[in-house]
Amino acid sequence: MEKSFNKILKSHKESNGSIISLLQQIQNEFGYIPEKAVFWFSNILDIPASRFFGTATFYAQFNLKPRGKNIITACCGTACHVRGGDRLINNIKNEIGLSGEEKTTGDRKFTLEQVACVGACSAAPVVIINEKVYGKITPEKLKKEIKALKES
Amino acid sequence: MDSNMLKITINGVASEVPNGTTILEAAKLLDIHIPTLCHHPKLSVFGGCRLCIVEVKGGKRPVISCATPVADGMEVKTSTPRIEEIRKTIIELILSDHPNDCMICEKAGDCTLQELAYFYGIRENRFAGERRTYDKKDNNPFIERDMEKCILCGKCVSICDEIQGVGAIDFSYRGFNAKVCPPFEKDLNCEFCGQCVSVCPTGALTGKMWSYKGRQKDVREVDTICPYCGCGCSLTLHVRQNKVIRVSSKENTINEGWLCPKGRFGYSFIDSPERLKTPLIKENGKFREATWDEALDLIASKLKKIRSKHGPDSIGGLSSARCTNEENYIFQKFIRAAIGTNNVDHCARY
Amino acid sequence: MEKIRVKVCMGPAGILAGGAQVLSAFEKELKDKKICVELKSGCSAHKVGCRGLCAKDVLVEVAIGDNKTSYQSIKPEMVQRIVEEHIIGGKPVAEWGEDQNYRNFFKKQVKVLLSDCGEIDPEDINAYIAVHGYEAATKVLTSMTPEETIKIVEDSGIRGRGGAGFPTGYKWKQCRRDPNEPKYIICNADEGDPGAFMDRAVIEGNPHSVIEGMIIGAYAIGSHDGYVYIRAEYPLAVERLEMAITQSRQAGFLGKNILGTGFDFDIKINLGAGAFVCGESTALMRSIEGKRGMPRPTPPRSVNKGLWGKPTVLNNVETFANIPYIIRNGAKWFASYGTEKSKGTKVFALTGKIKNPGLIEVPMGITMKEIIYDIGGGIDSGKKLKAVQTGGPSGGCIPASLMDIKVDFESLAEVGSIVGSGGMIVLDEDDCMVSMAKYFLQFTQDESCGKCVPCRIGTKRLYEILERITKGKGKENDIDLLQELGKDVADASLCGLGQSAPNPIISTIKYFREEYEAHIFHKKCPAKVCRDLVTYSIIEKVCKGCGACIRACPVNAISGEKKKPHKLNQETCIRCGSCFDVCKFKSVGRE
Repeated sequence: MEKSFNKILKSHKESNGSIISLLQQIQNEFGYIPEKAVFWFSNILDIPASRFFGTATFYAQFNLKPRGKNIITACCGTACHVRGGDRLINNIKNEIGLSGEEKTTGDRKFTLEQVACVGACSAAPVVIINEKVYGKITPEKLKKEIKALKES
Repeated sequence: MDSNMLKITINGVASEVPNGTTILEAAKLLDIHIPTLCHHPKLSVFGGCRLCIVEVKGGKRPVISCATPVADGMEVKTSTPRIEEIRKTIIELILSDHPNDCMICEKAGDCTLQELAYFYGIRENRFAGERRTYDKKDNNPFIERDMEKCILCGKCVSICDEIQGVGAIDFSYRGFNAKVCPPFEKDLNCEFCGQCVSVCPTGALTGKMWSYKGRQKDVREVDTICPYCGCGCSLTLHVRQNKVIRVSSKENTINEGWLCPKGRFGYSFIDSPERLKTPLIKENGKFREATWDEALDLIASKLKKIRSKHGPDSIGGLSSARCTNEENYIFQKFIRAAIGTNNVDHCARY
Repeated sequence: MEKIRVKVCMGPAGILAGGAQVLSAFEKELKDKKICVELKSGCSAHKVGCRGLCAKDVLVEVAIGDNKTSYQSIKPEMVQRIVEEHIIGGKPVAEWGEDQNYRNFFKKQVKVLLSDCGEIDPEDINAYIAVHGYEAATKVLTSMTPEETIKIVEDSGIRGRGGAGFPTGYKWKQCRRDPNEPKYIICNADEGDPGAFMDRAVIEGNPHSVIEGMIIGAYAIGSHDGYVYIRAEYPLAVERLEMAITQSRQAGFLGKNILGTGFDFDIKINLGAGAFVCGESTALMRSIEGKRGMPRPTPPRSVNKGLWGKPTVLNNVETFANIPYIIRNGAKWFASYGTEKSKGTKVFALTGKIKNPGLIEVPMGITMKEIIYDIGGGIDSGKKLKAVQTGGPSGGCIPASLMDIKVDFESLAEVGSIVGSGGMIVLDEDDCMVSMAKYFLQFTQDESCGKCVPCRIGTKRLYEILERITKGKGKENDIDLLQELGKDVADASLCGLGQSAPNPIISTIKYFREEYEAHIFHKKCPAKVCRDLVTYSIIEKVCKGCGACIRACPVNAISGEKKKPHKLNQETCIRCGSCFDVCKFKSVGRE
């Protein structure tokens, strides 16, 4: 881990980055923001760890827990909403077995993220599965895709 | 007229203030009270509680007086039916997300929020709804952090960062879930100066050792000077039944109301059963109680003996910052005149 | 043979519809048939940004010489025929070409800043230069003073396209006048309004126009450092912008001593990390500084104390993209479009229950009716138009009865909405207005930074009240309470987010009060949207017993044998509507 930290530190210093860009780099490397990383960088950069935590929890992009193997991103934009986005999200939750406020399934196979708007409104409703964008997606199509991922 | 002075009329009273004065400061000079929860004159402007809103003639919407500088010719009303309506809503909103357990709250009687609820006569709440509940208890030894009572005024965050330069806490999360906490919501791990406690307008931050020792009733305030170091900070002891139950410091003092952990929380020695009350003399490796005369006689005889055998320069005196100037004066006089050496020093002198 | 150009739409929707596959099919066909090899006058197939009519993607334009033909709904397998019959045979494939609907979509639009978007290859600076790109910047830097530049922008009357409509020229002038240095210029590409993709389309379609606008702005105010604050959710826009900045630097339009004039300016990209409130100027600047995006009270204004406490101009993508066109064609030309107080054109993202969802550019002052029916082609569901939502979470719903309204800053404000950044969502009878308001409040209370009380707790309470109304638990005075609290939140909040958050509620109560009353007093959702107020049942006469609903039901509430009418158990039913969605025979009733 330390080796990765040093690599990130070097590029952070070169690019004269901010806490946000540093957190983005950390997340790119580890998939989430490990506690250890925050304290390591806090110590070496002499920036209170509370700043890192405050910033990381403010922005929706940052995860403080490891995410699942498959990332499903549901668009919650207005256009998707009026095209049945809510029901779609409930369907996804049912399919992958998520309850309440959880974002990642117990077996860490799936993470469901809801984003404000991916700006593909004309293709609403939109769901992104592992970075592939699915426009005008139907519950059946979704079920099929998730089933395929479950079996893979 | 001084070109740096600006004319302002507040509630019909005209005055002149220096350029850069905020409306809130200008009102204060005229002894006009504007309610606020998040403003602190020595901390940067936050502007979150929105209680200090006022109406400025010609303005589209109310402005917050803590952040708005006076402009020449400004006409301000600090209280109108609409302004009071909004203030009431704000206080109700805060109370709708507050435990409202004033009866057992450490801060009752000295709580800005409680006082505002009183002045605005809030009993029913139009906005009852979900309340933040936190199970976590902070296990640090000094500061009780009851975050359900936190109104997110940000003073603790600012003072920790701007005055103390520590940054032990910060805002985290956002919206209704926003809270002030140490990184990863761990227990507070700082120097425990308690500055955050001193600025908290509610019962969110209190001293752990204050709890259930008494609030405002039957509590006497005694102003004194901190005995710990040479800074000489002013202290206000809160005394109930002849026991110090709390220490604070007033803003208009040499230390501007700021204290360190020792001054604020280091008072338990006063009533400690381990505290020395008589001199002890060690005989055969064991201490025994003695009278002052007995002890002073023993010291005098030993000092004399050493001086006559080894000369006065074999003796040195080290005084303490915890003594008063007068005591220190007498001490050095004693070393110089009575012992006859210049070997005298003081812990607060480098 | 004349020059051949094939343009394939690869805007957000174009890509989704398979734009990349269509493009490679064209490349392959042109290569296989050796057309490009034999043609000396030039031949190319390239991607372009959003061409607008997203409903009919993939959109393709085939130009032979000056003879342009547009195709719609193109799939890779259709490419071969187009190449053979049109490019080789010279006869366009009429049935795939533009129809009346296609022509209507463009008829009332006026393309100014989108004039090159959807025409040029966004990844090639030469394509932009070929359509007079960077001429405006060159003119400004080599022959105009900053004051003259600001004057043109002021005279054009352009107002900020990000939502608030603040006069751009005035903003620049204020910043220029501030004696403090250095100055910063920021492009706000944190398009956070749900239901809006104008900025995304502009950056993906013509990134250089934004860069050029920023260069001109920087020169005008005297800044040497620019930032683009862009959403990380727009990876393609980020990629194209990075590419464009690099190309612009190589071509000498960015960097030290630009065009030998001694003027230095460069642009950095800052990735937003997902916070709607960062669209607010002071929050955005804090975010660039790496902090929590919590707005601060103003004054001081950003033009005096902005990024790092220095004078800063912040404009939206669309505002910057307009600037080169204004400089090139003059203030008068720009001001000839629009109304007295709202000049120029505005880009809107037209979505929702509309036949032609897409990206449109219209002159300010066009009527809503023209947008919905002439350009948008009307409602796609065959149902009746109910309202048009503009301005996203900060805007309001304009009812069908007000469709004669002009679309400009003043007129929309008059009816309780805003132009906003340009999202325009069409709602029909199937949309519940209480639920719509709840949707937006859920969004704002979620995106509230939590700094000020009215927004942090007020929007939460507004949301809670709406939620109980949609659950059939509304109280008698809830409408009054929403209005009272809404007004206080609007008046007392720190920043625009809180100040405008009640708009969706206030406007829906104003125009659709009876829907609120139906929920509260009759426990009915007229649009049959609110889950707790609808019941599902199987209409036995119609049910074919296909079993689709049994498979779709997540709680096994439906039972029955094959080819016999199914039964729905009301007690286990969670009213998710899955059965309603999957039934092909309309045998699931919803009441």
